[in-house]
Amino acid sequence: MTAAAVQFRNLTLGYDRHPAVHHLSGTVRQGELLAVVGPNGAGKSTLFKGMLGLIRPLSGSVEFSGLKRADVAYLPQAAAIDRDFPISLYDLVAMGLWRKTGHFGAVTREDRDAIERAFAAVGLTGFEERPIGTLSSGQMQRALFARLLLQDARVIVLDEPFNAVDTRTVADLVSLVRRWHGDGRTVIAALHDLELVRETFPDVLLLAREPVAWGKSSDVLTPANLLKARRMCEAFDEHAAACRADAA
Amino acid sequence: MLYDFFLAPFGDAATRRALVAVVVLAFGAGPVGVFLMLRRMSLMGDTMAHAILPGVALGFIVAGMDVFAMTLGGLVAGIVVAVLAGLVARATPLKEDASLAAFFLISLAFGVVLLSVRGGSDEILHVLFGDLRSLDARKLMLIAAISTVSAGVLALIWRPLVLECVDPQFLRSVSGAGGIVHVAFLALVVLNLVAGFQALGTLLAVGLITVPAIAARFWARDLSAMVGLAVVFGIVSGYGGLLVAAHTGSPMGPTVVLAAGGIYIVSLLLGPSGGVLRALYRRSHLEA
Repeated sequence: MTAAAVQFRNLTLGYDRHPAVHHLSGTVRQGELLAVVGPNGAGKSTLFKGMLGLIRPLSGSVEFSGLKRADVAYLPQAAAIDRDFPISLYDLVAMGLWRKTGHFGAVTREDRDAIERAFAAVGLTGFEERPIGTLSSGQMQRALFARLLLQDARVIVLDEPFNAVDTRTVADLVSLVRRWHGDGRTVIAALHDLELVRETFPDVLLLAREPVAWGKSSDVLTPANLLKARRMCEAFDEHAAACRADAA
Repeated sequence: MLYDFFLAPFGDAATRRALVAVVVLAFGAGPVGVFLMLRRMSLMGDTMAHAILPGVALGFIVAGMDVFAMTLGGLVAGIVVAVLAGLVARATPLKEDASLAAFFLISLAFGVVLLSVRGGSDEILHVLFGDLRSLDARKLMLIAAISTVSAGVLALIWRPLVLECVDPQFLRSVSGAGGIVHVAFLALVVLNLVAGFQALGTLLAVGLITVPAIAARFWARDLSAMVGLAVVFGIVSGYGGLLVAAHTGSPMGPTVVLAAGGIYIVSLLLGPSGGVLRALYRRSHLEA
């Protein structure tokens, strides 16, 4: 069995003491290709923010084994990119090299070649000098994948990366995800398209605030489990009592 | 004839010093103004200009009209207000603009009260509106030093600052520098304000920061070009404003800011990147 990449230890994440992810424990192994599936409001984005340290756990913890911050790449659901900012797509994609260049490092000849290859890999060759404000959402998503390519991260976290993207773009981007998997990188993605998950992702975490099931996708994505997930995802109870599971 | 109109006014030493001051200021202020605008913080520059007043007033109370004491006081007050507003924004549900709005009004009122403890209305006017005519070598050196530091620091933080503007989430995922960069940028704003206030006063100091930058937005699509143009517009409005002031006898500082305003109006109408008249006169679209 390969070593752990990420470990959740009785993790509870949430807002104003209301849990959005409740008592999640488990391990993501190195090189795993894991889909996180669940209805809207199931806590998928919250889980990713917690993993990246963008919100603090209400209890429990997340551990990355032997990984630095730069080893983990994260593509948020609604990337907060200021599309009015006057820079070119080239500069936006080139920022994927941050781990190498840092604040001051030069972009070398090799780096330029790598950037060109990344543009080619996502089918955006020729778009380098376009201002970022002129791109469609599908083109922007391709560009963000090009940036992920340059980041060369060990763990890649994608939050609903295929929303508002046409089928051809999805196919192109999924082949990049497969390539990362082939490289031995750990990929964790929140997804809605169950067909796509069955075809591409060997492992699935079905989340509905509580973890419903976690394992091989054929075992997890059963009608019974999916029905259970839909039922579990009710609204916050304003008068909920303090959870006693931690004390027990 | 041409000489009399365009150059002769600068035969006067005081006017010449004023010209050096605005040119030097343009190099520090223009680029900072571009980033303020792109971060939708242009009004925040205005706010910070008020915030430095109590520090300037304290410097004045302690040391009289001493340029170093007043500048140092302004610097400290500006940074204190910026940091306090940032802390309040992080620690409470209040957004940064709202907390700044509260702090700057307190600062402005407090500053005027402090000034009136020792000074009369002349001193208050001087601090609020500056006096380009009264710049001596010491003040010029100080302005030049601050602008140099400002340009240097901006060059150092350029890459993370751009990233913090475009994609702050990404910066947070690759580097812990986001907070430091934000604070360093606020410090640059305050630095340029205290440099400008000797020349233009606390109320108009922000004029050379924001107005040329906003005008540049109408001409350039690229960040570097925008920054360069903001500097050029600052220099041109400095020269033009001083020229008009020399011929008409109008006060120098406000005339310089008015000249920048003139460039802004022209840019707003004619600028190729979103100018009003360009939008009315549309050329036919391309095939691909």
